[in-house]
This record gives sequence, structure tokens and C-alpha cells, in this order.
Amino acid sequence: MRTRESTLWTWHLVAGAVILVLLGIHMFIMHLADFFGTVQGDVLEFSSVMERSLDATFAVMYVVLLAAALYHGLYGLRNIIFELSISERAERVISVLLVLAGVALFLVGAYGTLAVHSAQAGV
Amino acid sequence: MQGSEFKKNRLGLMGWLSGGRYGVERYAYTLHRLTGLAILAYFILHIFVTSARVLGEEAWNTVMGFLNSPAFKVGEFLVYLAFAYHALNGIRLVLTELGFFLGTPCQPVFPYSNSVKRQRPVLVVVMIVAAVVVLLGGVDFLRAFPGE
Amino acid sequence: MIEPVSTQGEKTDEIVKNVKFKVLRFDRDTIPSPRVDSFDVPVKKGMTVLDALQYIKENLDSTLSWRFSCRMGVCGSCGMFINGFPRLACNTQVLELEADVVDLKPLPNFDTIKDLVPDLAVLFEKHRSVRPFTLRKDIAELDNPSGEFFQTTDELQRYLQFAYCIKCGLCMAACPTVATDRRYLGPQALTQAHRYNMDSRDEGRDERKDEALGTHGVFRCHFAGACSEACPKGVDPAFAIQLMKRDALKASFGLLRKKKAAPLAPKVTSGKRMEGVPDAPKRTV
Ligand code: HEM
Ligand code: SF4
Ligand code: FES
Repeated sequence: MRTRESTLWTWHLVAGAVILVLLGIHMFIMHLADFFGTVQGDVLEFSSVMERSLDATFAVMYVVLLAAALYHGLYGLRNIIFELSISERAERVISVLLVLAGVALFLVGAYGTLAVHSAQAGV
Repeated sequence: MQGSEFKKNRLGLMGWLSGGRYGVERYAYTLHRLTGLAILAYFILHIFVTSARVLGEEAWNTVMGFLNSPAFKVGEFLVYLAFAYHALNGIRLVLTELGFFLGTPCQPVFPYSNSVKRQRPVLVVVMIVAAVVVLLGGVDFLRAFPGE
Repeated sequence: MIEPVSTQGEKTDEIVKNVKFKVLRFDRDTIPSPRVDSFDVPVKKGMTVLDALQYIKENLDSTLSWRFSCRMGVCGSCGMFINGFPRLACNTQVLELEADVVDLKPLPNFDTIKDLVPDLAVLFEKHRSVRPFTLRKDIAELDNPSGEFFQTTDELQRYLQFAYCIKCGLCMAACPTVATDRRYLGPQALTQAHRYNMDSRDEGRDERKDEALGTHGVFRCHFAGACSEACPKGVDPAFAIQLMKRDALKASFGLLRKKKAAPLAPKVTSGKRMEGVPDAPKRTV
């Protein structure tokens, strides 16, 4: 009992669960770690940001979160648009546009996270 | 068939935005949708802003300085609120959409019970957790203001 | 949800109060832009909204239109928007509304034919599209039945609740997705897809998937739950839809168990029929 839509939706749900864990960690570090005393200093200080970017664990986490959140968010947007009684043709166009937007945003975000990494590694 | 616009009698977007006299879940649905869109908009912006790190420390500090204004801090907190709601309500939706907390199908006997009522305690619990998350985050955001 | 109102042992022919009925009037030809007409109705205990409409038609305005048949919550004809909530007119007592003014509108999310008469044709089309009947591979047996299919009480419970649907469309009027998405199958049809998918005698799950799990199938549901609150028969359509989503997710990971249609129940070969029980009537088809 599988369809294209059921596969897409399954990944939307799975992505939601992945985001919950990774974004939970992200939010904890950015907003609550100071509160609980597990991280000292300003998390938005450039050196602090770079430190995380260069840490392989953080880098992988960020890229996975980026992909999951983009998929989840853009599929969610597609959900909303598809409920507006647009034509099947318009639905196909929207799907293609959202995939293109997703890929483009992923490349930008992944570059932002990893470029520093490879630059440093190259030195 | 010709007729006035009324003939169609669709609620249209009002059906999304107004929960009417139905249960609290229908309001939760509207809010989940709005927060999802808000987080998505923020997230796309966030991708570009945080990518400023590739341009070096100076660019990063310029961007961060720009975002440090009270207006942005308040905006950020609103996104944080949206996130807390969306994440916690999302947990409920994942669970209920997979059939948890809904009970088992049974012969309906008047007065009828239904799955929406049976899962309502879960909504209450996740909203309490969301409130705690908001309070903890609120403390952090207040510290961002000078004089705090 | 409708709470039971007891009128047992109480005098019922006495007028309790006058209630103002504000009824939306619309007719493609004579009232092209809708208006609201007010009628004062003396209300007795136990009087339903349907009774009140009957009173209006007999005493105040004979041109008022609505649809009804069974007047006992069985046929699904009399669904309307009563004080902002979709209900069956025959299943709603005026006093239970606890209001001095009662607003009557045709069911939203359907075309309106006239006054309080919604066009339910789309509902029936969507219902038909999910193939709401037992689909099996043993066509010969279906065409020419030789016995009964085996089904346990537990298997019956898995779909019985969803089989209570009377196609009244109240759930569709409550649904936010139906409000904008014309192609969404909606709670009624999707629940019927689940009802047959869950029937142990059926093996048509995969033949219903393109509709039920398609672009405008179950995944357009976001569990706003209004359908289940509105349903007058305790069908709980939101429940059926979530259960179908669960099966869809299981299937995505290859975890959905294969279904084998129930076999014919074994013929009773021994024993004696009770005294006075006649033979079954001759088959007519
Ligand atoms: C924190 C973890 C998250 C969880 C557990 C979660 C969960 C969910 C779930 C279960 C749905 C589907 C609801 C339905 O059936 O309609 C959903 C929808 C959605 N989510 Fe998330 N989500 C999370 C984070 C995010 C993020 C980070 C974004 C933005 C990038 C986002 C954007 C959306 C959008 C736009 C929708 C569609 C809303 C709708 O159709 O009404 N979510 N989310
Ligand atoms: S599911 Fe309930 S509300 Fe919907 S059509 Fe059937 S009986 Fe009416
Ligand atoms: S008249 Fe048949 S359900 Fe109301």
C-alpha cells in the first residue's frame, strides 16, 4: 500500500523527528546552555561559532539538520499550497520549483557550514 | 450551472483561520500551520545570515551587530515561541497520526466518545512542556537586553 | 458532541418558549443574493429543529426548502449549519441548543441548491471513487456465492464503527481542508476506504491506494479533529484517517502485514435445524 505521496509524507514525519533531536540540541546550546551553565561565554562570538564549525560532529549535525529542515519545511509548504485547489499542472510546477529551491538553499547552507572547514583543513 | 458566488458556499481560507465552535484541536491546527510557515521563513533567512561566517570575522560581527537590535531580539523570541509550539505540538501530531492515544475502534454507543477527545490529555501535556520551554528561553532572551 | 436529553415522564405538549429562527434564504432564480428571514416558533419540549422547520412551512412561509426523509437520524438528508455547528436537524432538539435565537444555514463546503438544501453530489462521487465495496480476487464466488465468508467478532470490531456512516456530509462541512481543497476526498470517503480496507473479507487495499493515499487523500488531513466532533453517528472519521496514515507509514517501511481475504466459513454438515425454522428464501439474483 505505497504511493508516491505516502513516501513523501513518511519522510516529512521522519524529518520532523530528526529535526526535533538536532534542533533541540541546537536550541539548547544557543539559548539554554548558558542558563544551565554547561557552556560559558557568548555562543555567538565569532571564535565560538568557528569552533563549532570546525568540530566534525557539529558540522555533520548542521548539515543533516539543514537537509531535514529544508525537506520538512518545503514539503509542509507544498502541503499548504496543494490545498488551495490549484490545477494538476500548477501542482507539478510548484513541486519542481520547491525541489529547486530546496537544492539551492541546501548548497548555500552546506557551503556556509563546510567551506570554513575545508579551508582550515587545507592550511 | 450559473448562479451567484454564494451558491458555492465554501468557507475558503476562513475555514483554515477560524476554529469556529469545534474543539481546541482545530485551533491547534491553525497555529501549527502558521508557526510552521513562520519557522520556515526564519530558517531560510537563518541559512543566509549564518553563512556570513565564510566571509570572516569582520563580516560576522557586522551582521551580528545588526541583528543585536531590540527589534530583532523580539522577533527572534517570537520565532522561539513558534518553535516551542510547533515542536511540542508536532510531537503530539506524530504520535496521533500514527494511531497512538486514539483508543481502539469500537461499536459506537450513544453518547459517543471519539478519538479526538481521547487524545486531548496529550495536547494538555505537550502544551505544559511547551510553556516550560518558553519560560526557560524567555530568561535567556531577557538577558540579551542591556541593563538586565 | 450531542448530549442525551431526557423528556421521560415530563409533560411535552406545553409551549416552553418562543424561539426566533433566522433562516438563510437563497434561490438561484428568485433569491440570487441570499437574505435572512426571521420566524418566531413556539417551542415545545422534545421539538427538533426539523419540527420547527415543519412548523414554519405549515404556518409562516410555505416557500421554505430543506431536505429530509427519515426524521430519525438514519438517512443523512437533513444536515445543516445550526448555530454555527453542523448538525442533523432531526437529531437536534431546539431546547438543547439553549438559545433564544437559532441560526440556520445550509451546510458550508457544499454548493447550495436552495435555502437549506446542500448539493451532496460531490460527496457521493468521492465516496464512489474509493470503491466502497468488498473487492476480492475470487470473482466467481462473489458472482455466485456458495456460502458465507468467515469473520470473527474481533475482526468485525475493526471496521464496524466506520460502517455506521449515513453520508450526511456534516464532517465535510467541519473540515478545514475541504474548505479550500475541492479535490480532497474528505473525511467521509476516506473513512469508507478505511472501513473496507479493514474488512477481513476484503483484499482491495491496493486498488484503493491511488485515491486514498494519493495527492488529495489522507495526507491532506492534519488532524484538526472537527469531523469527529461533528459526526452524528459516532463514526469518528478522524480516527479512521489516522489509522490509515499509520498503515501507510508501516507500508513505507515494508512493515504492513500482507492481507489474506477471509475464506468461506465451513459448511455446517452435522446437527439438526430447530423445529419450525423455515428454509432460506430462494435466491433472487
Ligand atoms: C522541532 C521539530 C519539528 C517537529 C516535531 C515538526 C512536526 C511537524 C509535523 C508532524 C507536521 C505535520 C502536521 C500535519 O500533519 O499537518 C509539521 C508540519 C509542518 N512543519 Fe514542522 N516540525 C518541526 C520543525 C519544523 C521546522 C524547523 C520547520 C521549518 C523549516 C517546520 C515547518 C513545517 C511546515 C511548513 C509544516 C506544514 C504545516 C501544515 O501543513 O499545516 N517544522 N511539522
Ligand atoms: S462520517 Fe459521520 S459526519 Fe461524515 S458523512 Fe458519515 S455519518 Fe455524516
Ligand atoms: S431526516 Fe434522516 S437524518 Fe435527519
